[in-house]
Amino acid sequence: MGKRRQQKNMIMTLVFSVLSVLWLCPIALVVINSFKKKAYISRRPFAIPTDKMFVGLDNYINGIEKTGLIEAFGWTLFITIGSVLVIILCTSMCAWYICRVKNAFTSIFYYLCLFSMIVPFQMVMFPLSKIVNMLHLNTPWGLIIVYLGFGAGLSVFMFTGFVKSIPLEIEEAAMIDGCTPIHTFFDVVLPIMKPTCVTVAILQTMWIWNDYLLPYLNLDMKRFKTVPIAIQYLRGGYGSIDMGAMMGVLVLAIIPIIVFYLFCQKYIIEGVVAGAVKG
Amino acid sequence: MIERKDKIMDKAIKRYFPVFVLPTLLAFTMGFIAPFIVGVWLSFCKFTTINDATFIGFGNYTKVWTDGSFVHALWYTTLFTIVSVVFINFFAFAAALLLTKKIKGTNIFRTVFFMPNLIGGIILGYVWSLLLNGLLLPFEKTLTYSSVYGFWGLVILMCWQQIGYMMIIYIAGIQNIPGDLVEAAKIDGANGWQILKNVTLPMVMPSITICTFLTLTNGFKLFDQNLALTNGEPSKMSEMLALNIFSTFYGRAGWEGVGQAKAVIFFVLVGIIAVTQNVLTRRKEVQQ
Repeated sequence: MGKRRQQKNMIMTLVFSVLSVLWLCPIALVVINSFKKKAYISRRPFAIPTDKMFVGLDNYINGIEKTGLIEAFGWTLFITIGSVLVIILCTSMCAWYICRVKNAFTSIFYYLCLFSMIVPFQMVMFPLSKIVNMLHLNTPWGLIIVYLGFGAGLSVFMFTGFVKSIPLEIEEAAMIDGCTPIHTFFDVVLPIMKPTCVTVAILQTMWIWNDYLLPYLNLDMKRFKTVPIAIQYLRGGYGSIDMGAMMGVLVLAIIPIIVFYLFCQKYIIEGVVAGAVKG
Repeated sequence: MIERKDKIMDKAIKRYFPVFVLPTLLAFTMGFIAPFIVGVWLSFCKFTTINDATFIGFGNYTKVWTDGSFVHALWYTTLFTIVSVVFINFFAFAAALLLTKKIKGTNIFRTVFFMPNLIGGIILGYVWSLLLNGLLLPFEKTLTYSSVYGFWGLVILMCWQQIGYMMIIYIAGIQNIPGDLVEAAKIDGANGWQILKNVTLPMVMPSITICTFLTLTNGFKLFDQNLALTNGEPSKMSEMLALNIFSTFYGRAGWEGVGQAKAVIFFVLVGIIAVTQNVLTRRKEVQQ
């Protein structure tokens, strides 16, 4: 029995190894093509770039110049980090208040947050972009506020779910000892909420970093681009794409994601599971 | 006594409303509540910007159905959603089952399968258009040759992106099954299939509900991947609902109102899915 089982496991390992390699093929293909001359990419996508086809880093340089990728990367980083920090700070405070102060207003607010989670972005995209323009929020700084507003629903929901499980006695003890609510929150409640903060941060980062439509409609694109906008920008007006530049840009856009993933893998996978179970 | 302490706390916290709630409330009002209300109102108006809106009643809604592209997109999206939900959940669950059987290298496989999920829809769309167009090259076809190619291209793309994600959730569900339950079934003489059917499947029901819901809404609301992979080509035939709404708004002057009406219908459909899902889950929880 032991031997048969071992054999079976060996075969499964083999099957999954092959599958894993296949799984990475699409990305490998883009990397290979990023070193190929533009004209050969569409005509011979599976050929290894040899002397005639090989262009070195031309595609990368061309892609960066055409799209302003470095700047776009900077703005995406700024918007993502800024939004996630603001969302965590504001919505965790808000969620605690909602749980501890029970009245008609807080329960209405809570249900509105739940409601906002099922509303697709297309429903609000046009009025939102007009309001953003009116309030001059079409900058990366303004976008942080927009993300706080549109992302509040999920975060408030997840934080309230956790706050409900914190025993009141801890906070009461702090308050009776003379802590103000602000001290109580930052010194007692927030540290307990750390795991939820990580979950919310991961879910929001995955959304905001890759989001295309919201920044596309709300950013002043003459001045600011994000990475997805920069990539989509390569598709010309009539659907013609500079395939060389595209390959270079794609590789450059994927590298930071993979690096980030390999470093934070444990948190990301745990966060996804926790988020899915609660959401 | 306890009640009094509660009240003291309640009062103390209440005064800090501006610090704790106001920032989120303002952003939420601006980013969600106001646009939502304006959006519903605009769906009954003719407009090009918010300021020149004039009320026209249900005109936009009747126009939605005369515009054939919306009905086509609705069926296309529904079909796509059903197919992708089935494929993704089947493969994700199968992979989760196998990877929880103490196979060597499980962690590496998990890492690899999950990775595509972090890459954004726009990037994925272009990665896969390169690969799929390359595969179609010997047949002298492209992804935009007909909507069928675009359809299966999107299904493959979504499988690649989401199988890893759903697999992680299923793995967590399977690992939560108490070991003695499986042991007991084995002692009673249950074979592998019987254990799967009578122990594993009922025990991971919560994960199945979650994954079905996630894949369902992800499929229904799909936008970025659709835009990057086919952009609705050929002539709007591979256009899904979200992209159809977008192109009505920004690609067709004078049709903004119809676009907004489509968006309201879209919202109602997504809402129905979410509410149905919630009711079904609740019912199951009561039974357990």
